[in-house]
Amino acid sequence: MSDFQTTNPVIKWIEYRLPVFSFLDHAVGTKYPTAKNLSYWWNFGSLAGLALVIMIVTGIFLAMQYTAHVDYAFDSVERIMRDVNYGWMLRYIHMNGGSFFFIVVYIHIFRGLYYGSYKAPRELLWMIGVVILLVMMATAFMGYVLPWGQMSFWGAKVITNLFSAIPLIGEDIVIWLWGGFSVDNPTLNRFFSLHYLLPFVLVGMVVIHIWALHQFGSNNPLGIETKGPQDSIPFHPYYTVKDLFGMGVFMIAFTAVVFFMPNAMGEAINYQEADPLVTPAHIVPEWYFLPYYAILRSVTFDIWFLSAKLIGVILMFASILILLVLPWLDRSPVRSSKFRPVHKQLFWIFVADCILLGWVGANPAEPPYLYIGQAGTAYYFAHFLIILPLLSVLERPRPLPNSISEPVLKGGGTAMGATAKPMEKA
Amino acid sequence: MKRVVAGVLSAAILAFGTQTMAAEDKALPDFKWSFDGIFGQFDRPALQRGFQVYREVCSACHSLRLIAFRDLADLGYDVEQIKAFAAEATVVDGPDDEGEMFEREGRPSDRIPSPFPNAKAAAAANGGSTPPDLSLMAKARPHGPSYIRALLSDGYEDAPAGFEILEGQSYNAYFPGNRIAMAPPLGDDAVEYQDGTEASVDRMAADVAHFLMWTAEPKLEQRKQTGIKVVLFLLVLTGILYAIKRKVWADLH
Ligand code: HEC
Ligand code: HEM
Repeated sequence: MSDFQTTNPVIKWIEYRLPVFSFLDHAVGTKYPTAKNLSYWWNFGSLAGLALVIMIVTGIFLAMQYTAHVDYAFDSVERIMRDVNYGWMLRYIHMNGGSFFFIVVYIHIFRGLYYGSYKAPRELLWMIGVVILLVMMATAFMGYVLPWGQMSFWGAKVITNLFSAIPLIGEDIVIWLWGGFSVDNPTLNRFFSLHYLLPFVLVGMVVIHIWALHQFGSNNPLGIETKGPQDSIPFHPYYTVKDLFGMGVFMIAFTAVVFFMPNAMGEAINYQEADPLVTPAHIVPEWYFLPYYAILRSVTFDIWFLSAKLIGVILMFASILILLVLPWLDRSPVRSSKFRPVHKQLFWIFVADCILLGWVGANPAEPPYLYIGQAGTAYYFAHFLIILPLLSVLERPRPLPNSISEPVLKGGGTAMGATAKPMEKA
Repeated sequence: MKRVVAGVLSAAILAFGTQTMAAEDKALPDFKWSFDGIFGQFDRPALQRGFQVYREVCSACHSLRLIAFRDLADLGYDVEQIKAFAAEATVVDGPDDEGEMFEREGRPSDRIPSPFPNAKAAAAANGGSTPPDLSLMAKARPHGPSYIRALLSDGYEDAPAGFEILEGQSYNAYFPGNRIAMAPPLGDDAVEYQDGTEASVDRMAADVAHFLMWTAEPKLEQRKQTGIKVVLFLLVLTGILYAIKRKVWADLH
């Protein structure tokens, strides 16, 4: 029987037949103990969930007015902007929501990198997160094609064309993806179909992500496990109210962009209808793809039978897939960078490298950008393949506190040296 | 260390901000517009003047296919004026009961008719270049309104020595590549403004750019007004949530 206590007869009646209240209580309520020291960086998970809900709700309403046909798609979006009641609001929320979704998820991922959240026993949780990122990227890429502007069309063309780099069957794969001999109506139709489907796949994966999270609970800024009730607090009301406050802050930033500068993050040329005969001067993807685009274009030389294009494609995908094996590349038993003086510095250099790659991606693939992009790409992979494995052995971490409540009680991790153990087995 | 990172970051952000402008050799002037900023609104007299410039000059070559006559009510015209604008246009309608297409006088619900039946005809009449539709032009170019204003006014200058300009092209300092297939469309007093404003080239360029911002973003005013209410509401709500958060967490700190 359930351990859920209530005096409300209606809740009791339902709970007896369908124990949904005790389920919620265990999931996000008083029965889910959570480390008491989570910082605001831990808000970004719930923010990503909020962003996903916003995208699905606005997307479904947009789909009621959108026409997935090359002759009507652009005009149907303009009809939404002009004639549909509050259509401009739906469209601008969805358009900028994509960007904010990525901002939130990127911060969420870098949070994990800094605090070592990918380490045992949370490897699977982390890996599901990486797959979520990949599906999100596919969704956003296909969504961007739907308004059928110049950049929609040419972006789709450039990215789908990448598959032609696969030896022997590449050309056939591209024709299969397009459903024809160019990006055309069949392509737009299947992209719309998948763009509608994938967000729901995402919902399923998010459920599994949270399921895995609940197995061990959240990591925390100290990167040590909770050692007992004194280290944790019930999720509700402490973190529910903190997450709600975070959502408020997020919504302020988000709505300020939606209502006051909705086109700041977009490419102007996408307000021009797709024209297969006119190639834009610069084809650039949305900002959140720029670092990968820089990696893709940084390869300008063939190696043996591998064409430069193919290596570029492989590196681009590898730049994300490498995150899947990160738990086995970084062998340091200490999670939090708070206690890893060298890793902390290298983390920030890595962040700077990603931003640098994004900047290169926004510029033409020619010197000097090309060389900067090549250096940035080399460093990106060196960070994972050389620096982190070496660091696991070479770095001397600072002593860890005994427990979460210890430094918390003493008012921050200043005076914990006296009682600290040398290192904790993770 | 931190400073190095901060330096790299700010350099990257600066570069992001300026890279869109790098292509043109003459920097775009930073014109001020009444619709700038979170309280920005359109200027009705400027919109009406801009519409007049479009109607009397640009409409000879450029379509405005997303705009219907009745939308012009936004510019402050009344029903009779809009009917009169529409009546000037001839629209192909049909088929009638005999299956024939026929021509009739425009109605407010009609879209503004395009000057050419199709893009090929437009190109043929303009030395091979199609004059693009202007409905979304102000959003389809970086810094659209300022770009359009500059393009139409002081963008037209003498080509630098040695810069080759072909028959049917003009030199324009702001147009990418500097060779534009549109002859300078505006000359002083090209229109006689109904409100008596002096029709200098710069005035007309500014007015038509203002008007084109409206055609590109007709919901701009509604958007900003709604935004102010939404953001104010969220500020209050978030303030309350913060207070509750403090209260709930008080026993822990
Ligand atoms: C005689 C015909 C003609 C007239 C009149 C004319 N244009 Fe054009 N316009 C063109 C052509 C042709 C092009 C295409 C130029 C090219 O691609 O090189 C063009 C291009 C443009 C562009 C696009 C520039 C770009 O960045 O692609 C704008 C904006 C523009 N015209 C605005 C106007 C405005 C505003 C007026 C009225 C004041 C006007 N035009 C009057 C023929 C005309
Ligand atoms: C993971 C969640 C989602 C992401 C990241 C996403 C992303 C995007 C992006 C980037 C665009 C292009 C916006 C533009 O530039 O105009 C777009 C358009 C669109 N999306 Fe989504 N989307 C998501 C979910 C959905 C869902 C669930 C639906 C509905 C069924 C949907 C329906 C549409 C439609 C109809 C368009 C075309 C209209 C337009 O371009 O504004 N989206 N999406």
